[in-house]
Amino acid sequence: MDVQTWTYLLVGLTFSIYIGIAIWSRAGSTKEFYVAGGGVSPLANGMATAADWMSAASFLSMAGIIAFAGYDGSVYLMGWTGGYVLLALLLAPYLRKFGKFTVPDFIGDRYYSDTARLVAVFCALLVSFTYVAGQMRGVGLVFSRFLEVDINTGVIIGMIIVLFYAVLGGMKGITYTQVAQYCVLIFAFMVPAIFISLQMTGNPIPQLGMGSTLADGSGTFLLDKLDGLSTQLGFAAYTDGSKSMIDVFAITLALMVGTAGLPHVIVRFFTVKRVRDARKSAGYALLLIAILYTAAPAVAVFAKTNMIDSVVDKTYQEQPDWLKNYENLGLIAWTDKNDDGLVQYGPGSAFIGKPAYDGDKRTALGARAVTNINPGNQNELYVDRDIMVLANPEIANLPGWVIALVAAGALAAALSTAAGLLLVISSSVSHDLIKKVVNPNISEKGELMAARLSAVAAVCVAGYFGINPPGFVAAVVALAFGLAAASFFPAIILGIFYKRMNKEGAIAGMVVGITAMLLYMIKYKLGWFDATLPSSDEWWFGISPEGFGTIAMIINFVVSLVVCHFTTPPPQEVQDIVENIRIPSGAGEARGH
Amino acid sequence: MPINKDSNAKAYWKENLRYLTILLTIWFAVSYGAGILFKGPLDNFRLGGFKLGFWFAQQGSIYVFVILIFVYVRLMNKLDKKYGYDVE
Repeated sequence: MDVQTWTYLLVGLTFSIYIGIAIWSRAGSTKEFYVAGGGVSPLANGMATAADWMSAASFLSMAGIIAFAGYDGSVYLMGWTGGYVLLALLLAPYLRKFGKFTVPDFIGDRYYSDTARLVAVFCALLVSFTYVAGQMRGVGLVFSRFLEVDINTGVIIGMIIVLFYAVLGGMKGITYTQVAQYCVLIFAFMVPAIFISLQMTGNPIPQLGMGSTLADGSGTFLLDKLDGLSTQLGFAAYTDGSKSMIDVFAITLALMVGTAGLPHVIVRFFTVKRVRDARKSAGYALLLIAILYTAAPAVAVFAKTNMIDSVVDKTYQEQPDWLKNYENLGLIAWTDKNDDGLVQYGPGSAFIGKPAYDGDKRTALGARAVTNINPGNQNELYVDRDIMVLANPEIANLPGWVIALVAAGALAAALSTAAGLLLVISSSVSHDLIKKVVNPNISEKGELMAARLSAVAAVCVAGYFGINPPGFVAAVVALAFGLAAASFFPAIILGIFYKRMNKEGAIAGMVVGITAMLLYMIKYKLGWFDATLPSSDEWWFGISPEGFGTIAMIINFVVSLVVCHFTTPPPQEVQDIVENIRIPSGAGEARGH
Repeated sequence: MPINKDSNAKAYWKENLRYLTILLTIWFAVSYGAGILFKGPLDNFRLGGFKLGFWFAQQGSIYVFVILIFVYVRLMNKLDKKYGYDVE
């Protein structure tokens, strides 16, 4: 069977499984719709959280980003795992004990104020929509790449699938499909990783292979070889990186705190039975995520070394088959700038923008002709970062079904994250807005209907952004973390650990924090305030927009505490709630009223 | 006996905070300490093919994070038992 047949087969098979699970686990009550009935086992919840968390970006792009960033890529590895320590120790057990359905629920009740609730709803919607638009685009990209359909058709297929199980099953349907999706995606990521590790170093465990000597018998350590190759080509050594220390620090912290403040991650811990289950499932979630997150940097090292070794300073005729395949798919391009007939690779982008191929025209040397402008450097090779994961099965000479498996894995990763986010959006609207503010007398049935309808609406909006991505979506997806760090994290932490924290302080902190983050983002990431995007020399303290969530979070904390100090303490019954959530026993079941 | 119940809860919370401080100090030390602030000097030491600081940044810190959560789970389960909060 060829790759295409395998892909249709595996993708079709996994999709039938997801749909089957959705039908089996459809939600009958709001409680099942919002928190899966509250009886999910810690391991199942850990798997669902891991799938929810790992998006198409984690699956396809992260290893590639690290391969090209070297040590600087550590910010994603530490940032997107360390947040779970904060979640497990500082948030999950207490929020579970509190026992409501959503994050704005906690904010609204703890700060005895509908204003606080509305601010939280606004933040939750802002964070989730910036994130989900990127996911739907990812679904479309994966479809178009593996199934050779138009990208928009891909987005629509993805919308229908997500619609089916999110609307039908709510949190219950999503949870059990995510369990299946985790299994698919981790298997799909690890199989090629193990084989390429064997091929490069003779060690089947990628995490150990990364620190081993090369399999060619030279006795050289793989990382030393890659450091050498990188410096030879004019890059910084792979293990050193080029970002400033303060920026690495700030980005890592913003990503960690943002992870702990993302509503679609937090809400997963409302689905387990007891407080001790919430702690344990955070442990499982991180363990299951860590399998991929420790293998990804290894894949990055293998693929980068292999690429430099087999591609650089060779003629086009000597290039491996996978390079020519991906060139045909538009992910690789080469122009012979210095006319020596060899592929040169070095710092800087080879072209301005994505490669613009000149139809099917080929140069005299055999490569596809491109019409891009040369920005004036020696680098001749354009490589899409996603290749580092995509090409692995071919680099390791694995059979066609493995390539198909990677496609199914990437789709599992994209769909599971999109579904989780859509659920947060729909419950923010139906529960936090309609039930809690607009129409408190709505019946259980009415609320469930409202939840389903808002899920439909959310899918349509997300799909619209997936088909017509506003230019800034890609730029701001990474900043969803900054927004979460700047808004929710301080309000929740103070709500649990500082009994005297009152509504005035929390509201002021959230508003000022998220405004600061938005303004910095608009000025330094989108450049809407100035004629041109300000250069990195103008960043405050040398901190990039990606790292600014750390500063905005600190601003939030300071504003909250200062305002709180000058206003009245919260009423006694709220202080009693805080006392109560600190004690794990008697958590009861998650409830809406 | 509300007063007794109260002091029980206070003592429990105090021990919990002590655990949190210790565990979060380790959390900070392996990631921000070993992986970022002291990465340079640590890179003079090696762990197989890894420079040590680089290893902490891309591997070690993640392993420690996982261990930290499971240690926390164990400590808290014991603490719940000690203060009688383990029964539903």
